[in-house]
Amino acid sequence: MAVEAATLPSGGGAVSHGTGLVEQTLAVARRAVVRTARQRGLLVFPMLFPLILFAINGSALSPATRIPHFPTRHYRDFLIAMTFVQGAMFVSITAGVDLARDIESGFLNRLALTPLRTQALLIGQLGGALVLGCVQAVAYLLVGLATGVTLVSGVGGAFVLLGLSILIAFAFASLGGFLALRFGTGEAVQGIFPLLFVTLFLSSSSLPRNLIKTTWFRDVATYNPMSYLIESLRSLVIKGWDFQALALGFGFSLVLLVITLGLSEAAMRTRLARR
Amino acid sequence: MTEPQAVTQQSSTAGRAAIEVENLVREFRKGPRAVDGIDLAVSPGEIYGFLGPNGAGKSTTVLMLTTLLPPTSGCARVGGYDVVRQGAQVRAVIGAALQEAALDAILTGREHLLLQGTLQGLPGEYRRRRAQELLERVGLTEAADRRVGGYSGGMKRRLDLALALVHSPRILFLDEPTTGLDVQSRAALWEEVARLAHDEGMTVFLTTQYLEEADALADRIGIIDHGRIVAEGTPARLKAEIGSPSVEVTPADAEAGDRLAELLSAFGEMRRNGRGAVTVHLPGGEAQLAEIVRILDQANLKVDTLQLHQPSLDDVFLAKTGRKLEGSGDGSAAEVPVESPDRGRRRRGG
Repeated sequence: MAVEAATLPSGGGAVSHGTGLVEQTLAVARRAVVRTARQRGLLVFPMLFPLILFAINGSALSPATRIPHFPTRHYRDFLIAMTFVQGAMFVSITAGVDLARDIESGFLNRLALTPLRTQALLIGQLGGALVLGCVQAVAYLLVGLATGVTLVSGVGGAFVLLGLSILIAFAFASLGGFLALRFGTGEAVQGIFPLLFVTLFLSSSSLPRNLIKTTWFRDVATYNPMSYLIESLRSLVIKGWDFQALALGFGFSLVLLVITLGLSEAAMRTRLARR
Repeated sequence: MTEPQAVTQQSSTAGRAAIEVENLVREFRKGPRAVDGIDLAVSPGEIYGFLGPNGAGKSTTVLMLTTLLPPTSGCARVGGYDVVRQGAQVRAVIGAALQEAALDAILTGREHLLLQGTLQGLPGEYRRRRAQELLERVGLTEAADRRVGGYSGGMKRRLDLALALVHSPRILFLDEPTTGLDVQSRAALWEEVARLAHDEGMTVFLTTQYLEEADALADRIGIIDHGRIVAEGTPARLKAEIGSPSVEVTPADAEAGDRLAELLSAFGEMRRNGRGAVTVHLPGGEAQLAEIVRILDQANLKVDTLQLHQPSLDDVFLAKTGRKLEGSGDGSAAEVPVESPDRGRRRRGG
């Protein structure tokens, strides 16, 4: 196939118009999304596991609603918030392992040799995970609604629920990114994941904090920020518009995001070591 | 440093070497000095072969020159820019294909090129044409829209090279670009590298552990061992430095070995080999070969084979480092058909 010659005068960047932060971020994110979309295993299994737990626990633990002062009559309404957070945790693994693979293969060095800015590289790399987080959140909401979950906060609450769960997913993705940049291998990221999961079970994921009778567990759940992420999502389902719960949920998510992004950026700079 | 300052800095260095390195050192924690105070200068348009065994410090040097690894001490300028203080400017004028073909198995070849073009700031339509042009140039047109995971090693290397060329850099770093490639892929890559230097005036910094590659491609060679440059020069000069050619003569009758040695001893330092064969160094160079043939003819000594050995880069490496380069083989031994006194034209294999 004949093509019109597209030869640049040797010297580099003679035709380059420079790429802005947004364009760079979108280019890296597009690649991350394409990667995620082409690896169906990455999409399906992390999405299925929380749904399986939702189905099992929703059925097995439903008698918990008979506990006096339990906040809802349907355990699934109570439980679905945990599904969103579990999904977000899986997103952190996907993001971390993807980034670690780029480090191990040298692809990160290839990107580092372009005029790409560190922030664009970092956020773009996490873009695929963000899309995965969106798809998951929508899927969980639809499955929840299909299985009888009702949102007391209504349609508006559904959008806030999606927005908050995507924010949480992004914060966890950023944590996965940090772990990948810090340790440099997918195995390290996957190895740390079970520890993350422990924090989920040491929260108010299965019972409201005021109904946890074991003192140490209740104390741990009270100091565990994971409880507030779950409770904010849950509030939209079972309470309606609880602004204190939402403020705590958004607040902790943003703090987690800022901390993990900051750590990731620092780790990215150290790893690239470019000047 | 701001952009205008950088431009001023570069223009003030016009006419200087494309790559200048002074006393460059890289130490790793709890490790030896990977690079131990090297100096080198590469002229614009030159192919510089950086030759050395595994672990000699070649890749560490490339990582420092491409701004991916900060030096422990010393200084290096690439394209007129300091690799430590002007990393962004350095990256704008270089292309690099590092030791591993760092590709994303999930993306296609074309997607790689388009991503690279975007990040290098090439405008949309130009970017697409440039991708197509490079795909054609490296012979990947048919595989362009296939995922890279299905590419062969040679195809990956060619795509790697194309990616390094997307923004038409002035200086190209190739870190062991042909390691693991078959002969055909290696030859194709050599051809393209030579074309880039000779037709487009690109400066090429090529690391290799293949003597043959350095000999075939490089205008000048630096031999690095244990982090230090132990020899530098054109291939011809390096070979000439370590001595003269030699000729090995094997008599048709092994019993004639003594007589052969007696005849050849007049020419220079001599060594007896097996089967009556004799190797003699020719301090006067290849011109002495005709005289040897004449004397053998006059003595009516029947010769089975006569082989001229030019000093090779392998010999240079051996002389400079005290050992042979693993996997070397530069094939520079010349076969010389000779007229034997009474057996007519002979040939020599091996």
